[in-house]
Amino acid sequence: MSSHNGDKEGRAAGNPEAGLSERRARLNRKLDDLKAVEEKTARKSQGSSSGYGQAMKLSSEFIAGVLVGVGIGWVVDQWLGTSPFGLIVFLLLGFAAGVLNVLRSAGVAEQPGVKIQREGDAQDDRSD
Amino acid sequence: MANDPIHQFEIQKIFPIEVGEMDFSFTNSSLFMVLTVAATCAFLILSTSGRGLVPSRLQSVSEMAYEFVAGILRSSAGTEGMRFFPLVFSLFMFVLVANLFGMFPYFFTVTSHIIVTFALAMLVILTVIIYGLLRHGLKFFHLFAPAGVPPVLLLIVAPIEVVSFLSRPISLSVRLFANMLAGHITLKVFAGFIVSMSAAGVAGVAGAILPLGMTVALTALEFLVAFLQAYVFTVLTCMYLNDALHPSH
Repeated sequence: MSSHNGDKEGRAAGNPEAGLSERRARLNRKLDDLKAVEEKTARKSQGSSSGYGQAMKLSSEFIAGVLVGVGIGWVVDQWLGTSPFGLIVFLLLGFAAGVLNVLRSAGVAEQPGVKIQREGDAQDDRSD
Repeated sequence: MANDPIHQFEIQKIFPIEVGEMDFSFTNSSLFMVLTVAATCAFLILSTSGRGLVPSRLQSVSEMAYEFVAGILRSSAGTEGMRFFPLVFSLFMFVLVANLFGMFPYFFTVTSHIIVTFALAMLVILTVIIYGLLRHGLKFFHLFAPAGVPPVLLLIVAPIEVVSFLSRPISLSVRLFANMLAGHITLKVFAGFIVSMSAAGVAGVAGAILPLGMTVALTALEFLVAFLQAYVFTVLTCMYLNDALHPSH
């Protein structure tokens, strides 16, 4: 019994500190991965659990884009007296922004800035 | 009038106050905002006054609220985002308690008015803009210029990103407001069916069971929505604050 214990201690002492910290790092990475997967599934299930909520979300995103476009266009026209071109241009931009909002909140298009992170530092695996 | 589903959202002056041309009256909306803040503060102060190492039931509820919001903030804005914790926690508690207060019969739902939710959303977005500019200066505008886009296309992409950014407070406020408004109107309409159907005799009373069941189910759904919308508001706030902290990641 005592010899067994001694053997174990000897092995632990024989292992360098680096092995331990490496193991901890590996465990941390595994935990992070698990967390990311959990979050993703949670988000997905939350999205699919209520179609009503999803519809509300997407439509509000789209309408907000168009409304802001119209608002900016109208203000630009008032200030610069370019009626109706400001309204036309910004309505189209607002439409595009609305579509972009919808794609982003549906998870089809990437969030702004994600690409830089991927190209810049690949080892930094902070996920949004 | 009792059957009017919109009547519950009417603003009534309690103490009319007028300064010059401006109307600063204390309304039922103001009253319920004050009540919301008072209830939140009272709950948090009372439940944490014991400060037990082993929390009492109330203390563990407020600790859960803390952990919940801190978890959301940390996962979307990192530990750096914790400097915004007071703001995010206050927003979450205010929206949640205001939504839940709205579930009491005869209570006024503060968050069913778009001006209230829009003010909250503007608070968030102004924090993002001001803090982002102070911290990153002009680099903050990298938010509007995604990497890897050819300069020619930036002429189109940047305005789209700007409009998309500006639409955030609107979609944030409209979502909360529309959910609360639609939920309360639906509830009132179905409850109104019970009254008008049971006025139609025995067959009507028997038929009124259907809308009654619907009202009960909707009430449960409304409690879920009240919590979910507070959660969604908080998550989006954290995501936007993340942009202020890391505009180009």
